[in-house]
Amino acid sequence: MMSTKIRKVSKYGSFHVAEARIRNMLKWSGIVLFEAVINPTLYLVSIGIGVGSLIDANNGVNGVSYLTFLAPALLASAAIQGSADEVIFPVMQGFKWNRTFFGMRSTTLTAQQISLGVFLAAMARAMVSIVIYWIVLYLFGALESGTAWLAMPAALLAGAAMAAVMLALAAKIENENFFFTLVGRFVMIPMFLFSGTFYPLSQMPIFLQVFGWVSPLWHASELGRYLTYDYPLSGLQLSIHVVVLTAMVVIGLFLSARIFAKRLEK
Amino acid sequence: MTEPLIRARGLTKTYGDFIAVDGIDFDVAKGESFGFLGPNGAGKSTTMRIIGATSVRTSGTLTILGKDPEKNGPQIRAHLGVVPQQDNLDSELTVSENIFIYGRYFGLSSSFINKKIPELLEFAQLEEKKDTKVEALSGGMKRRLTIARSLVSEPDILMLDEPTTGLDPQARHILWDRLFRLKEQGVTLLITTHYMDEAEQLCDRLIVMDKGKIMAEDSPAQLIKTYSTKEVLEVRFGSDRNQEMVDVLRPLAERIEVLPDRILLYAEDGEQLLEQIAAKGIHPNTSLVRRGSLEDVFLRLTGRSLVE
Repeated sequence: MMSTKIRKVSKYGSFHVAEARIRNMLKWSGIVLFEAVINPTLYLVSIGIGVGSLIDANNGVNGVSYLTFLAPALLASAAIQGSADEVIFPVMQGFKWNRTFFGMRSTTLTAQQISLGVFLAAMARAMVSIVIYWIVLYLFGALESGTAWLAMPAALLAGAAMAAVMLALAAKIENENFFFTLVGRFVMIPMFLFSGTFYPLSQMPIFLQVFGWVSPLWHASELGRYLTYDYPLSGLQLSIHVVVLTAMVVIGLFLSARIFAKRLEK
Repeated sequence: MTEPLIRARGLTKTYGDFIAVDGIDFDVAKGESFGFLGPNGAGKSTTMRIIGATSVRTSGTLTILGKDPEKNGPQIRAHLGVVPQQDNLDSELTVSENIFIYGRYFGLSSSFINKKIPELLEFAQLEEKKDTKVEALSGGMKRRLTIARSLVSEPDILMLDEPTTGLDPQARHILWDRLFRLKEQGVTLLITTHYMDEAEQLCDRLIVMDKGKIMAEDSPAQLIKTYSTKEVLEVRFGSDRNQEMVDVLRPLAERIEVLPDRILLYAEDGEQLLEQIAAKGIHPNTSLVRRGSLEDVFLRLTGRSLVE
């Protein structure tokens, strides 16, 4: 018989990883908070009010002011951007720059717990950004309906969808220059421009609308509009938006766990 | 007779056609300091990763604390302290924070870790650096922090992969001293190295590995006794004349090895051999008598030097 008693292993590994990630983020909290306030203010003043005054002189969009139309999309976009950053950079750091994931892997943590922990921390960060953004929108008078606060969980779901997919992608593509070129130029910017953020997606020819259909930003913007003003969506449309975003979260996290396991075995 | 802490039989790891570890057998007893000596690419690090339950073996059996790492990875890792070849500290956090989060990864309570931190900082001689960001530390300090960090969970087995590679001589000696203390405290040490002096200093017993296979296994002293002689006479005649001197010298020594820059003559008494050579009217440019080492063991076993 062995004399050493086998130790118990904590079940909350992913929370321990998230805790460490948040500790790391707090080093940058000043920048994060500054960004969370400045970004929406810049967009709201320049596009919301500047461009908005031209559009509103033309009867607005969907029968509401341009600011009201734009607000939920900007909220979702901020959630998506914040979540993406908060998985992409930690993944680069964890696998390559500091190799911290390999350190975690030699503790009791599993690859799945590590990937999930990074995701959870990104969600915590996204939540902070969303709340601040929402308050700024509210102060600008962009949120009309009584259910407008529900735009926050909708934006968080969009952030989760993006974070889960980016987590898998950033872990999969080992060449970071290629990754940043690919994701920055061919995913993030086109998504921002072609997801019905600044105009209704239906304004686009049908072959360009496809970009919106696969974009978490479009699904979240539609949900957000439904929740912040009387934008008409059928029950089926609502379900599709929620199901697509949820599917991205589930599939993204599933693939991430597998890719992490494979890469950490090296 | 207690069961060994680690038992490997026919341990094999292949990557496609490449055989990194080729059916090796070994046992490590509790409290032992066990070394893997071999050149880069010998399969030492791969073996360590398999024992560390982070890499899955291709075939063979392996038990650590009586358990199979393939099935009980996290449970086994709860007993291991791992010091990897490449540091993987979080460079944006401070020295103390790095120890803290590492302890949290094991699920240890904050109060337990906070009690442990001063003790670990003292061990690593990093008390004054506790609030310094890791990116500002020297290589030797980072290694010591990595070791201190690995001890936060009070491991039964400490695994060190090339612990002093890249460090200057002074930093190496500090590190050896720290490891020696751990050994005295009864921690089982697993060390890979391609430095023979390190293996001699730290290991009770070691296996010499080359191309994924075990070439020999014993204590450093016994390996030297078996595969080398007590003393070695190194002579140099200049690179163009070394080869022509070999035939003249061969009958005089027990064994002879010719390296590109020098000839090694194996003998029980090096000085005496040097006198014999001089008596024959042969005068090397330089000569040096030293004791037999693990380098000689490796040369004998593989025909190659450890550090190439």
